[in-house]
Amino acid sequence: MDFSFTKQEELFLQMIREFAEKEVKPLAAEVDEEERFPMETVEKMAKIGLMGIPIPTQYGGAGGTNIMYGMAVEELSRVCATTGVILSAHTSLCAAPILEAGTEEQKMKYLPKLASGEWIGAFGLTEPNAGTDAAGQQTIAVEDGDSWVLNGSKIFITNGSYANVFIIIAMTDKSLGTKGISAFIVEKTDPGFSIGKKEKKMGIRGSATTELIFEDCRIPKDRQIGQLGKGFNLAMKTLDGGRIGIACQALGIAQGAMDETVKYTKERKQFGKSISQFQNTQFQMADLETKVQAARLLCRKAHYNKDHGLPYSAEAAMAKLFAAETAMEVTTKAVQFHGGYGYTREYPVERMMRDAKITEIYEGTSEVQRMVIAGKLFK
Amino acid sequence: MNIVVCIKQVPDTTEVKINPQTGTLIREGVPSIMNPDDKGGLEFALQLKDKYGAHVTVITMGLPQAEAILREALAMGVDRAILLTDRKLGGADTLATSSAIAGALRTMDFDLVITGRQAIDGDTAQVGPQIAEHLDLPQVSYMEDLQYDEATKTFTIRKQLEDGYQILEMQAPCVVTALASAVKPRYMSVSGIVTAWDKEVEVWGADRINVPEDRIGKTGSPTSVFKAFPKQLKPAGETFEVTPEEAVELIVNKLKEKHII
Amino acid sequence: MNLAEYKDVYVFAEQRDGKIQNVALELLGKARELADANNEKVVAMLLGKGIKDKAQTLIEHGADKVLVVDHDLLEHYLTEPYTEAITQIIKEQKPSIMLLGATTIGRDLGPRVSARNVTGLTADATKLEISDDEAHEFRMTRPAFGGNLMATILCKNNRPQMSTVRPGVMQKMAADPSRKGEVVDYAVQFDEKKIARVKLVKTVKEEKTVTDIAAAKILVSGGRGVGNKDGFAKLEALAQELGGEVSSSRAMVDAGVMPQSRQVGQTGKTVRPALYMACGISGAIQHLAGMEESELIIAINKDKFAPIFSVADLGIVGDLHKIVPMLTERLKSMQK
Repeated sequence: MDFSFTKQEELFLQMIREFAEKEVKPLAAEVDEEERFPMETVEKMAKIGLMGIPIPTQYGGAGGTNIMYGMAVEELSRVCATTGVILSAHTSLCAAPILEAGTEEQKMKYLPKLASGEWIGAFGLTEPNAGTDAAGQQTIAVEDGDSWVLNGSKIFITNGSYANVFIIIAMTDKSLGTKGISAFIVEKTDPGFSIGKKEKKMGIRGSATTELIFEDCRIPKDRQIGQLGKGFNLAMKTLDGGRIGIACQALGIAQGAMDETVKYTKERKQFGKSISQFQNTQFQMADLETKVQAARLLCRKAHYNKDHGLPYSAEAAMAKLFAAETAMEVTTKAVQFHGGYGYTREYPVERMMRDAKITEIYEGTSEVQRMVIAGKLFK
Repeated sequence: MNIVVCIKQVPDTTEVKINPQTGTLIREGVPSIMNPDDKGGLEFALQLKDKYGAHVTVITMGLPQAEAILREALAMGVDRAILLTDRKLGGADTLATSSAIAGALRTMDFDLVITGRQAIDGDTAQVGPQIAEHLDLPQVSYMEDLQYDEATKTFTIRKQLEDGYQILEMQAPCVVTALASAVKPRYMSVSGIVTAWDKEVEVWGADRINVPEDRIGKTGSPTSVFKAFPKQLKPAGETFEVTPEEAVELIVNKLKEKHII
Repeated sequence: MNLAEYKDVYVFAEQRDGKIQNVALELLGKARELADANNEKVVAMLLGKGIKDKAQTLIEHGADKVLVVDHDLLEHYLTEPYTEAITQIIKEQKPSIMLLGATTIGRDLGPRVSARNVTGLTADATKLEISDDEAHEFRMTRPAFGGNLMATILCKNNRPQMSTVRPGVMQKMAADPSRKGEVVDYAVQFDEKKIARVKLVKTVKEEKTVTDIAAAKILVSGGRGVGNKDGFAKLEALAQELGGEVSSSRAMVDAGVMPQSRQVGQTGKTVRPALYMACGISGAIQHLAGMEESELIIAINKDKFAPIFSVADLGIVGDLHKIVPMLTERLKSMQK
C-alpha cells in the first residue's frame, strides 16, 4: 500500500497551491458578492493547461492523472468554490464523457478545444421534472433525415451561459424507458438552442447556473454520442466521475474553512487567552480535522481507482457523501468559532458555509449517494 | 540564440522562524524554493524563447536535492538542465562559487547568461558580476527589462537605480542579473509537470569544469565564517491590551515623552 | 601575496552627477575608526569627471588622502572603467581594507573588483571592527539567512579585505573644515575597446514623488494587517499629521499594494527613524532587520504574540483600523 504522490503529482501540488493562493483567492469574495463568472481566472487556468489535466496528450490535453485533477479542484475550492466547480463541470461532465464514449472524430473535434480552454464545457441532464429521478427525461430528440431535432429544456446547468459545448441527455424512444435515452453533443451556436434564465443561488454564486432551451434545435447526425439508447448509462457513468470532482470541491471548501478557523482561533482572544487554547476548540477541531483527512483519503482512493481502471462508482458516492457532509459540518462550525464575525462577510467562512451546501445536493444528493452505496451493499 | 540561466535552490527565508527560548533558527519544515530573482531571470529567458526560439539551459550548483528546482524549470519550459554537484565544490563563498559556475559556462555555447540579482539566503548580489568577470564578459546588473535586436545581436537593458533607471546596450555574449520584481514568472504548465521527468538532468562533477582546485570549494574561498550567531533583539518594551481610546492615550503620552510631538 | 605590504583603509567615494553620496561619508566615519585602530590612513577614491573640488568634503569627513581619478570615461558609472580604475589603484597602492556603499553601484562594482583581484568581498556588513586581540583581524559582520542569523566574516589571506555597507548603517562624522588632507591626481590607463562593450544610452531620474524612506525621521509603516490601499490611506493620514512618511512590509509590496521603494527590511531598505510606527506588521525577522535600530518603535497589532512586540518600546494589542484614525483625529485636535 502506497499513499505517496508521484514526483509529478508533488510538483503539481506546489504549482496549484501557488496558483490558487495568488490568482484565485484575491478574487473569491468579489466573485461571490457580484455573482460574477471569473472569466479572467478561467483564461489563466487555460494558459497553463488546467482545463485539460486528465485528457490524453493526443487530444491536446496534459496527460495528467485524475489524482492531479482532483488536487486542482480541491486546491481551487479551498480558496474559491466557484472556480472549483467551473473546472469540475468542464472536465468531469463534458470532456470525460466525450473521452469515454465519443468516436475518434468527436474526440478530435472537441477534446483539443476543451483541453486548451478555448471552449468551456457543460452537461445537461436535470430537468424541471427529472431531478433525482433522472429517468423521467422530457427532452426529446427525433431523427429527421441527416439531423437530430431536440425539444425541451434543462435546468441548473453549471457553466450554462459560458459553455461552448454541452453534453445533452434526451429521450429518443419513450417506450423503452431508460433504454430509450441517448446522449448528444450540442454547440452553443446550434440553431434552436438558447440559454434561459440564470439562477440566483445561495452559494457558488460566481458559477453561471442557467436553463438551457431547445426549440427545434437541429444538430447533425454525428453529434449523437455513444450508443443509441445507452445515454442513461453514459450519464450515470459521467456522474460517477463527476461526483469525485464534487467530493474534491467539498474537501477543498472544508480545508479552506479549517485553515481560516485555525488562524482565527489562534488570533482571537477571549477571557485572556486565544480561543484555540480552550479544550472545547481543540477537541472539536481535532474531530473536524480527522473527518477532513478521512474525506481526502476517500477522494484520493476514488480517483486512484479511476486512474487504474478499477471500479469507482461506490467509491465516488462514498467520497461525495462523506466530503459534502464534512464540508457542511466544518463550515457550520467554522462560522460558530468565528462568532459574530463569522456571520459577516468580513471573513470568508460565511461564504464557505453557503458554498458547502450545494455539494450535498448537486450531481446526486446525499440521499442518492446512500442509494448507490446501499445498492452495491445489498446487490 | 542560446541562453544559460543560473539558478539556486534556497530555503524560503520568509518561512524561517526563531525559537524565542533558545534564539536559534527553526529550519524544520522550511520549504526549499527556486530563488525568486533567479526565477525572474528564468522568465526573461523563456520570453526570449517564446519570441525568438531561444534554446534555454538552466544550471545550478548545489546538493543533489537541488534537482527539484531543475525539474521545476523543465516544467516551466526550459530545454536543458544541468546540476553541478561535487563535494569538492562545497563550502564555497561567492568567489569560489562563481569560479565553478564560470568554469561550467566556459564549456558551453551561449549568447546570454542570466543570473538572479541575489539569493534570499545570502543577499550578496555577487555571483552574477563575478561570473562575468571570470569569463571576461560585459555585464549589467539589476535588470528590470530586456529587449533583443536580432539583426545586430544587441540587448537593450533597463537597469534599476535607487532613483530611476538606466538604458544600456550590450552585445552578445554577455551577462545580466535580473530582478524578481520586474517580471511575473510563469507557472509551470500541467503538461510541463507531467513531462518534467522525461528529460535527463545532466549531473556534472568538478572534473567536468576544468577549474584549478585552489579556485573552487572551501580552498578557493578567500572569505571564511569566523562565527555565526542568532541576532540579538533589543529588550522589549511594554505591551498593552487596552481599548482603542486608551491606546491612543498611551501613544500620545509616549510621543510627548520622546518629544516627537 | 605578502600581506604586510597591504595597508590603509580605502573608501570608494561614490558620487552621482558630481554629488558625493551620503553613504560615502558614512563609510569614511567607519574607516576613520578602523584606521585609527591600526595606526593607518583613510584613503578615499574619488572617480568621475570634473569632481576634484569634492575632495575637500571627503577630507572634512575623515579622509587623510583623496585619490582623484578624473576621466571622461568615468563621468557616469559604468562597470568596466570603474572596475579597471579601482583595480589599478589596488595593484599600485595595495590597500588592506576597501569599503563600498551597498548601492546599485557598489554592489555592481564590488563583486567585479573582487573577482578581478581574486579577493573576498563581504556584502552588506552591519558591523566592521578590528579585533582587540593581538591578531588585529578585520571582522565583518553581516546578516545572513534573510536576517535570521548574523555571521562574522574574515578574509584572512587575500587583500584588500573588501566589504559593502548599506546606506544608513554607519554614522558619518560631523564635518570638520579644519581637517587637513592630501589630494592626489591619479592617472589610470583604460582599455577603451573593452569599455565599449557596454553603452549607456540614457539615465532617467524618476519623479521625486518617491520619497526616500531611509531619510525620513518619522515612518508610519504598514503590514498585512493593513490589508489594502484603503488601509494605507489611514496610515497616510496619520503620517501627514506626524510629518512623516508611509513605509511598508514586504508582504504588502509582494501583494502589489505598496511600491518596492517603500519597503523596509532585509530585501528593502534599512531605516532608523526617530519614530517607527509599525501597524499590522507581525515582525518577520527580515522586517525587524531593517528597522530595529529605530529610536522609538510603537507597534499596533491584533496578535499579542506578534514578534514585532519583542522590539517595540510600546506595544498595543488592538485593531489598527480603529486606533490609527482615532490617533490621527486626536493629533489634529491637539494642533488646534
